[in-house]
Amino acid sequence: MVPGSSAPVRKRLEWMIETVIRVLGFSAIGLVAMIFVFLLMEGVPAFVRVPLGNLFSVRWYPTSGLYGSLPLIAGSLLVTVVAMLIAFPLGVGTAVFVREIAPNWAREVLKPLIEVLAGIPSVVLGFFGMIILAPIIREALGAPTGLTAFTGALLLAYMALPTIISVAEDALDAVPKSYRDAGLAMGATQWQTIWRVVVPAARSGILMALMLGMGRAIGETMAVMMVTGNAARMPTSLQALFMPIRTMTATIAAEMGEVAHGSTHYHVLFGVGLILFILTFSITLAAASVMFRRRTRGGLR
Amino acid sequence: MRVSRSPHDRRRAATPLVCVCCAFLIVALGTSAGCRPTVEASAEGVGQTIQIKGSDTLVNLALAWVEAYHEVKPDVRISVTGGGTGTGIAAMINGTVDIATASRAMRTVELEAARANGIEPIEFTVALDAIAVVVHPDNPIEQLSLQQISDIYTGKITNWSELGSYDRPIVLLSRESNSGTYMYFLENVIREGRGDDSLLFSPDTLLMPSSEGISAEVRQNRNAIGYDGLGYVTPDQKVVAVSMQPEGPFVMPSIETVNDGSYPISRPLFMYTAGEPTGEIGAFLNWILADGQRMVRDLGFVPLD
Repeated sequence: MVPGSSAPVRKRLEWMIETVIRVLGFSAIGLVAMIFVFLLMEGVPAFVRVPLGNLFSVRWYPTSGLYGSLPLIAGSLLVTVVAMLIAFPLGVGTAVFVREIAPNWAREVLKPLIEVLAGIPSVVLGFFGMIILAPIIREALGAPTGLTAFTGALLLAYMALPTIISVAEDALDAVPKSYRDAGLAMGATQWQTIWRVVVPAARSGILMALMLGMGRAIGETMAVMMVTGNAARMPTSLQALFMPIRTMTATIAAEMGEVAHGSTHYHVLFGVGLILFILTFSITLAAASVMFRRRTRGGLR
Repeated sequence: MRVSRSPHDRRRAATPLVCVCCAFLIVALGTSAGCRPTVEASAEGVGQTIQIKGSDTLVNLALAWVEAYHEVKPDVRISVTGGGTGTGIAAMINGTVDIATASRAMRTVELEAARANGIEPIEFTVALDAIAVVVHPDNPIEQLSLQQISDIYTGKITNWSELGSYDRPIVLLSRESNSGTYMYFLENVIREGRGDDSLLFSPDTLLMPSSEGISAEVRQNRNAIGYDGLGYVTPDQKVVAVSMQPEGPFVMPSIETVNDGSYPISRPLFMYTAGEPTGEIGAFLNWILADGQRMVRDLGFVPLD
């Protein structure tokens, strides 16, 4: 850095910087490992103290000793899957538009706007959902209440959109221009080129976008807690989509503050957290393995 | 780029950064120097800090007390946080707060934990609270017995027409299971109402994370029924008269009916200290029980007689 510094000094400096970066890099892995160990330490006692029949029943009344976590798991999955059904086509469509179709000036306006979308705090969205979206849904669908799984899914879809759009757009961006040129040269229309050449070439990246969006959705807490009604009922039919449900994240957030440290309820909440961690971890792992397989086969990102 | 730059250039580029750093340092030093005298004064002098934590029901009342007490004794610092009755009591047992506020009496488990920690909690009843049952203003229902409320909340009655109201499904609203209000309602309304200790809230009950969640839904939704502390009921919700016996008498919650005991769903609110309170803590509690009662009414709670 200092002008005229000798080679050994620079070398030592470089070594120091490299070490710092290496430590930072490994500390990320270390932190994840430590969080996992902590979750295991606090969560595993739940599986020992509470009989599995109770833990995987459908009645969640933690203050009365009933710790059935199935409605929570099913609630989280229902909201997330529906949110992805809504957000994935919209997100990929937007990404295709922004990257392939929109004129330059529109792209320059849209991209920052989409990033702003990601910055809206979830509690603000939750408040919006509770005050505005819920009454609309109640009246439009004639449901007894607007605080339903569907309301939560709509909000989650909205929150996952920026992630899906940016990642999918990056994936489209990585497709070489020669692919598009080749498509057009073969006499394909722009739409045919996009749909049959560019999107398939970017499919692993688009799948990654889906996985990341899903991870974002399943872990979301505040907005979901405010609009899904938090009734721990088992979603057994399609109708349950328009009924209240309770997610794992909302349960942990709502109950952790009050629970006596070291009690069974406390450990069960960590157990639920462990289940959630394993779910998100497997989603991420699935995404990573898809990426990895593409790369080793010599395909595109 | 980097190679072509002369040392001069580099220094010039660095100047603004250095300036910013210096300015930051000066500000940081200035603040810390400015802070130090006050910190020392409060450590050695009269100022004492009292920590209060616990029931969310009591947060607003406790804050109002603290503000008023500040006029009386400006040198006593009191901080108030919510989080729930259980959190407050746990913190009191761990010795991290001086006073725990509670919307229910301490449980035996908590008492044992306190004694195991060498603490004998002292209980003070600081105010009374009534739980109001609320519905949408358009709902024609005027009165409910405890047994009817219990039937509603256990899912035995699912349509308003069964109670002589309009033909609509009933949407049940409750506070989260961690709130003192939830436990009180479960034990004193749902279970008392039918005299059965194993009753639980219907699984269809919507658990709202806040009082605002309940009032927003009751305001908007003609199907909804909810309950909350009398202090949190806004004028745009309809309060229902409640009776102990199925045949009546039906009583509207008010300061008078709670104090004379005729309104069936009311409860004392507590403050707990670790051992007999002394010094500033004791003085503060004595003030609450005397002068502090005057402001309880303004916050929607019921003062002690």
